[in-house]
Amino acid sequence: MTLTKAELADLLFDKVGLNKREAKDMVESFFEEIRSTLETGTSVKLSGFGNFQLRDKPQRPGRNPKTGEEIPITARRVVTFHASQKLKGMVEQHHANTQG
Amino acid sequence: MDMTKSELIARLAERYPQLVAKDAELAVKTILDAMAGSLAKGQRIEIRGFGSFDLNYRPPRVGRNPKSGSSVVVPEKYVPHFKAGKELRERVDLAPGASE
Repeated sequence: MTLTKAELADLLFDKVGLNKREAKDMVESFFEEIRSTLETGTSVKLSGFGNFQLRDKPQRPGRNPKTGEEIPITARRVVTFHASQKLKGMVEQHHANTQG
Repeated sequence: MDMTKSELIARLAERYPQLVAKDAELAVKTILDAMAGSLAKGQRIEIRGFGSFDLNYRPPRVGRNPKSGSSVVVPEKYVPHFKAGKELRERVDLAPGASE
């Protein structure tokens, strides 16, 4: 099983009381606000969950794995996520509880 | 400046003037709780256009207590991992000011 936007929208319908349309739009807007903020080069810090940050990677040498031809990997900006201590703790705790 | 959870709530409240501000707050809290809860259960998250969250396995290893220098066995664990989706990846990289 995987958590998707559809399940999140169902939760907003059940728990927040938004109508189906609003719930679906709200989930979409939640991720769009984060995307558009990251797009401007600004980090997003969600306490208790984690931080989305940006990293500028310089160009580096690469290789086409099929042909062996050398092709530079161009400089790029990428998003990284750092889980909060709380989220890391929740994940470890659950794993510890399901052991043995 | 970074965007925080309270700013995200404020922006969503602005987008949905027909909702009471409390609804935006509850919506953000509900979404983040569901996402954290999902990972804590070992269930992955897949948000189309944004990215996916999985757990990565870290095998047990012998570490060292930096203070005493004695060896300690660090048990196996799972850590949250995020992979940006295509839309997020492209929008962040193409944004003005991103690496040339």
